[in-house]
Amino acid sequence: MVIASRNPVHSVLFLILCFFNAAGLFVLIGAEYLAMLLVVVYVGAVMVLFLFVVMMLDVDFAEMRQGFLQYLPIGALIGVILLVELLMVVSGWYIAPGMLGEGSAPTPPVEQTQNIAAIGELLYTRYIYWFQVAGLVLLVAMIGAIVLTLRHKPGVRRQNISEQVARRPETAIEVVKVESGKGL
Amino acid sequence: MEIGLAHYLGVAAILFTIGIFGIFLNRKNVIVILMSIELLLLAVNINLVAFSYFMQDMVGQIFALLVLTVAAAEAAIGLAILVVYFRNRGSIAVEDINMMKG
Repeated sequence: MVIASRNPVHSVLFLILCFFNAAGLFVLIGAEYLAMLLVVVYVGAVMVLFLFVVMMLDVDFAEMRQGFLQYLPIGALIGVILLVELLMVVSGWYIAPGMLGEGSAPTPPVEQTQNIAAIGELLYTRYIYWFQVAGLVLLVAMIGAIVLTLRHKPGVRRQNISEQVARRPETAIEVVKVESGKGL
Repeated sequence: MEIGLAHYLGVAAILFTIGIFGIFLNRKNVIVILMSIELLLLAVNINLVAFSYFMQDMVGQIFALLVLTVAAAEAAIGLAILVVYFRNRGSIAVEDINMMKG
């Protein structure tokens, strides 16, 4: 539905539905923090951004779908091959005995620690540098997006603080000698 | 029926395939391609969290968090580039993006 819908606004809405479903799956599996993060960050921010851009860009989307059927066979072929490969991988694996619970950071029992507390204890201690790097990535993305989309309209008078502060009476006032009997 | 790791991996595999399929299907529409990339990253996240739960290891959720961060940054930058491009060219069709060809 996300990829085959005729109207991109419907695509975005179906993608939101998809994210909600994934959040539900996360809740079922005991990752409440990630589920809430998915709902808040994705549905709340990124998808609204998508929706905004889709509505802001006034594009004739019907014309965009000209080559739709042309790419269908090759796309379907690759999709089916990939799906078969992935399902073979999924159905053919097994966990080596002794691996369960032997990870580098075992999940604490639910009765003792909540999911969010467990994530926090790990994220702010052992993975603090990765956490900082993630923040840095977001900062760079924010600055990049602002710089990319900022534009100065011509004809708008903007403040120039240093020039205004540096004004002196000599530069601000012009003394004109007015001859008698004439205007300026 | 008990929902096991294989079911979660199956869902993620199907989602990943849909994402790849979407990239191939909508060769002209950059917005839908960006949404397909979001689908791929969501599939990866489902995999990470599923393994994190069934292997009883918290690191998977930490990594899913970082993937989520990068995906959000990527979406923001991609949409900003798209807006600037649309402002300059009045079109977002993929085959029009050939300015660098000289």
